[in-house]
Amino acid sequence: MNALLNWFEQRIPVMRVANMHAIQYPAPVNMNFWYVFGFLATIVLVNQIVTGVWLTMNFEPSAERAFASVEYIMREVDYGWLIRYMHSTGASAFFIVVYMHMFRGMIYGSYQKPRELLWVFGMLIYLALMAEAFMGYVLPWGQMSYWGAQVIVSLFSAIPVIGPDLVVWIQGDYVISGATLNRFFALHVIALPLVIVILVFLHIIALHEVGSNNPDGIAIKHKKGSLSEEEKTNYEIHEYYTSKYDIADDVVPFFPHIVLKDLVAFSIFLAGFAYVMFFAPEMGGKFLEHPNFEIANPLKTPAHIFPVWYFTPFYAILKAVPDKLFGVLTMFGAIGALFALPWLDRGNVRSWRYRSGLHKWNLIVFAIVFIFLGYLGGTPQENWKIIASQIATVMYFGFFGLLWIYSKNEKTKPVPTRIR
Amino acid sequence: MKKLLLAIALLVPSLAFAAGSSHPLDKADYDLTDQASLQNGARIFMNYCLGCHQQQYQRYSRTFADLGIPTELGAEYLQFTGEKPTDYITTPMPQADAAVWFGAPPPDLTLVARVRGADWLYTYLRTFYVDDSKTFGVNNLVFPNVGMPHVLQELQGTPRISYEEAMVDGEMVERYVGIVADGNGELNAEEYDKAILDLVNYLEYTGEPSRLESEAIGKGVLIFIFIFFVFAYLLKKDYWRGIKK
Repeated sequence: MNALLNWFEQRIPVMRVANMHAIQYPAPVNMNFWYVFGFLATIVLVNQIVTGVWLTMNFEPSAERAFASVEYIMREVDYGWLIRYMHSTGASAFFIVVYMHMFRGMIYGSYQKPRELLWVFGMLIYLALMAEAFMGYVLPWGQMSYWGAQVIVSLFSAIPVIGPDLVVWIQGDYVISGATLNRFFALHVIALPLVIVILVFLHIIALHEVGSNNPDGIAIKHKKGSLSEEEKTNYEIHEYYTSKYDIADDVVPFFPHIVLKDLVAFSIFLAGFAYVMFFAPEMGGKFLEHPNFEIANPLKTPAHIFPVWYFTPFYAILKAVPDKLFGVLTMFGAIGALFALPWLDRGNVRSWRYRSGLHKWNLIVFAIVFIFLGYLGGTPQENWKIIASQIATVMYFGFFGLLWIYSKNEKTKPVPTRIR
Repeated sequence: MKKLLLAIALLVPSLAFAAGSSHPLDKADYDLTDQASLQNGARIFMNYCLGCHQQQYQRYSRTFADLGIPTELGAEYLQFTGEKPTDYITTPMPQADAAVWFGAPPPDLTLVARVRGADWLYTYLRTFYVDDSKTFGVNNLVFPNVGMPHVLQELQGTPRISYEEAMVDGEMVERYVGIVADGNGELNAEEYDKAILDLVNYLEYTGEPSRLESEAIGKGVLIFIFIFFVFAYLLKKDYWRGIKK
């Protein structure tokens, strides 16, 4: 057996990579529940890919057959309903865990030096995920698929000069049609998943190069020779890390300690996921919108057009601006601001535990404003909501502006040098 | 500043507009495990609805199997157009002609309960009332100016809307009381409500035929996950024992 393993190891570095990136990876001992969402996102990604493969076996990407083939999957494919609900619930679950993952990065300053690129890779994943989710939502060819696509694709018409032609180029037709559905299918099942998987790979490689942050926001890797033998960890850590740094006694190996912790979180997450999937897959019309159970009809505009819940904060920002082009720019600016976070925050203390009260409140208000924008963008328009969404939009950008201003000379608490 | 905000607000065209009526909906207390109710609902559907509306995503045989109807009986009493039990539930009415007659083709009803909700259907089918100004002689409280005749009138009888005069804030106003049938239908008011509930139950079933199976499997899965959680938690606790954070 060992001889066989050695034979492989000499030809492909299975154990070396496993040891380096999983088993003997040094993880900060104080990682709390906020640190499970990356793992959960990976699980959901795998779920989406596996169930997606099975769905494509019976889905027919044409305007004539798409809606009927989804119902065929729901009724006539053995456990087709289960696979479809795993996929549709997974889409929403993906965004829940990704939003938690991103907020974790914000409160503990995981985007700060040296993790800027790690954050940017994460944002690129988020961007690709939004495109993936949007195109996936078009595929069942229900009313919201069609009219949602109409709204989103028409945003590009706001671009000066090339806008209208660009829309035709994206649609592959003068209107949203079977041609659009077909290309969205190709992008949804091949192009974007590939992009996402590659980005996730890069995200993890970048993470392991700079090391995991933790709730205290302090380093576990110290300059070679700066720690006494007492202060170094007793766990077996891969020499890739120990040869370059002294690893403090603040870590546990990824396996089994972090894996077991993730497993507990996974089972709790799975309970919620299974509950929604088996008992309330529509989630009151939030995960699967009611009008989407009606086949796409270009002649019948639904009374209210909403994107799915995970896009609604940005939809509210879009609607808050009266001018179409400026609205589109503001919406993309809202995502762009997140990209720029590592450079907008000029502080050098990472965790909110050791930063000013102002910073804590800024983060909390930002989270509330984001959720509030989601509410505004996902419920029928009313007059007060226009002003409310304008105020909330200003507050959304205000978070970044304030951060940039106060982080330069922020009054922070003393940061310990060691976790324990 | 306020003026500016107001001006901006007025310039923003409302992207959505309110839909239909705001008639309060009655709660449809349907029960997917009640096969007698589902069978009666299927009977009403096949007799009254299928003339115009299809359920083109559902097969007769699936309905028969799930509702506990033997295929021969189903074929004899629920199929009227010479289709095979394995065929989809489609209407003989040509959809193109129907679009001309009614202004729009009668919508497919396989998934109507998931689009409208059971409460909406339950209320809608019980709030037709005589209105001679309309093409079909009836109007509806939940769906004003609906382009559909009151197909179930022979069951309900002629439904008339009744108002009462009432004093509100010192003014006499007409207040909606309810819809009362003339008593010339096959069913009395209570029986009619029950029949509609059965029909809604059936439509709820066809919207998602896997619902009961899903909940049955779901219970087992949740129990499994709970046991898994206990072991995962104990294992984690064991490995983390003595590790100071």
